[in-house]
Amino acid sequence: MNLLYAIFIDPFVQMGGAPDLLVQTLWEGLVAGVLYALIALGFVLIFKASGVFNFAQGIMVVFAALTLVGLHEKGVPAFLALAMTIAVMYGLAFAVERLMLRPLVNQPDIILFMATFGLTYFLIGLGELVFGGNPKVMIADALFLPKGAIEFKFAGGFVSLQKIDIAAAVIASIMVVALATFFQVTRIGRALRAVADSHKAALSVGISLEQIWVIVWFAAGVVALTTGIMWGARSEVSFSLQIVSLKALPVLILGGFTSIPGAIVGGLIIGIGEKIGEFYWGPLLGSGIESWLAYFIALVFLLFRPQGLFGEKIIERI
Amino acid sequence: MRAPSETAAGETLLAVEAVSLSFGGVKALTDVSFDIRRGEIRAIIGPNGAGKTSMLNVVNGFYHPNTGRITFKGTTRPKMRPHEAARGGIARTFQNVALFRGMTALDNIMAGRTLKMHRGFFWQLLRHGPAMAEEVEHRRKVEDIIDFLEIAHIRKVPVGRLPYGLQKRVELGRALAMEPELLLLDEPMAGMNLEEKEDMSRFIVDLNDQFGTSIALIEHDMGVVMDLSDRVVVLEYGHKIADGTPDEVKGDQKVIDAYLGVAH
Ligand SMILES: Nc1ncnc2c1ncn2[C@@H]1O[C@H](COP(=O)(O)OP(=O)(O)OP(=O)(O)O)[C@@H](O)[C@H]1O
Ligand SMILES: [Mg+2]
Repeated sequence: MNLLYAIFIDPFVQMGGAPDLLVQTLWEGLVAGVLYALIALGFVLIFKASGVFNFAQGIMVVFAALTLVGLHEKGVPAFLALAMTIAVMYGLAFAVERLMLRPLVNQPDIILFMATFGLTYFLIGLGELVFGGNPKVMIADALFLPKGAIEFKFAGGFVSLQKIDIAAAVIASIMVVALATFFQVTRIGRALRAVADSHKAALSVGISLEQIWVIVWFAAGVVALTTGIMWGARSEVSFSLQIVSLKALPVLILGGFTSIPGAIVGGLIIGIGEKIGEFYWGPLLGSGIESWLAYFIALVFLLFRPQGLFGEKIIERI
Repeated sequence: MRAPSETAAGETLLAVEAVSLSFGGVKALTDVSFDIRRGEIRAIIGPNGAGKTSMLNVVNGFYHPNTGRITFKGTTRPKMRPHEAARGGIARTFQNVALFRGMTALDNIMAGRTLKMHRGFFWQLLRHGPAMAEEVEHRRKVEDIIDFLEIAHIRKVPVGRLPYGLQKRVELGRALAMEPELLLLDEPMAGMNLEEKEDMSRFIVDLNDQFGTSIALIEHDMGVVMDLSDRVVVLEYGHKIADGTPDEVKGDQKVIDAYLGVAH
């Protein structure tokens, strides 16, 4: 009886009792959620265009952040380093298309999936070789990212918003909206949707798969860089950063592997759900909760909506 | 689209020379040569597995032949990529309809205009000025095709919900939207009822007459082949066994044997 109370009643009593803490938790969930959404979008674009589940997305976050910080360490001014890192991510997209996707075209999806494993270890090796394996500090100051916190009174308590979190939320939101618009409205977006529906039909009307692949991998690279900067500024730049991408998986389960709105809404649900769960149910269920809660949320959701957030209702043909 | 009078009828549009293609041990095509002249309807027939679809796939660059050459509009290429073939004026439909399932009939046909659109995406974002004028022009062309194929009533329907016969028609519309010089049709009437077949035959003849589009037509229904085509290529086990007018081919002993399944 006590346990049931602790699980089903007490957390809500706490929420009602201290609205300031609730708002604080919601805010932190929102910030994480926007970043999850961004990274999930990187996955979705690549999956839509090539049917490849890109295992390397997480390491691309580390690689991009490492390149940026590493270039700065070698004396390159911050914004030049930023521009160079974007160029490196373009080079990576180009190389992936030429050396990995093109030779493997028409191979089963599992082969391409394995190839992204290979890419992951290649990027780990390259990153360590060029910039060393030690954790680094994100060059937040040099990029004029804000420091400190804003505090305000709320319902008898204080809510404190880290300025870097505000910046992360704003920048990530802008990127999410820009990417979603780009791939929804433009000619390239139309081509991407065509490719997602049928490779051979897209080819037959003259869409170049190669070009689309470079574009989506570059978009995923820029997404990785943005996530790397923001997440790196909140902790540190090291290979442990790639775990952010593990959070994208439940987002994709929730939102669907091919849905751009699904990635956005799914990211927010997982981000907020996770922080709320951690804060209010964490003490009860142990501290390991953050590693599995996101998956739990996604699975519970799937019980009620097996087609995912925005999927069409699945009608079984008999 | 091009008027038939623009080009001298009978000039060679496509020449396939000694093309061979194999998948591992399977020889899909062995030393096949034939040509397509401007303005003609060229049927490709043969029993199941004869290599008809493979031939079209070679022509539009899906498959690269192991040996042999293809000359299209006077340019010879050892191999061509599909989007290069499309750019050169080759459009096609598929044996098992390949449409963009998430899109409406209209958007599918509009997708056929991909290569004709030139304005960059910034213009498109603004959605006015030259981009708008261009969009209007494309829409007009697409509406003409929709009228021609008599599918105005289904233009806003997502293609996944359309019956098979209409899906095939939309797919033809998408190919026509490319304003092709050579149209490759892979069993456009397969699985259709008699009425639908008659409609499709009429569209094929009309677009050949009205626009002078050259057509390669794979078809199993001999009645249709005899009625529509100017010349016929017959394939069997990847080899060309006959080539000529419908009447010539019909009387050819090898062709009769192939279709009656005489042992080799
Ligand atoms: N991608 C492929 N991989 C392996 N074998 C293939 C491939 N495409 C075609 N083949 C083989 O090549 C041969 C010719 O096939 P193709 O599809 O060209 O025949 P078809 O004449 O179009 O037959 P149908 O009338 O059944 O459509 C067949 O033996 C087929 O199994
Ligand atoms: Mg076939």
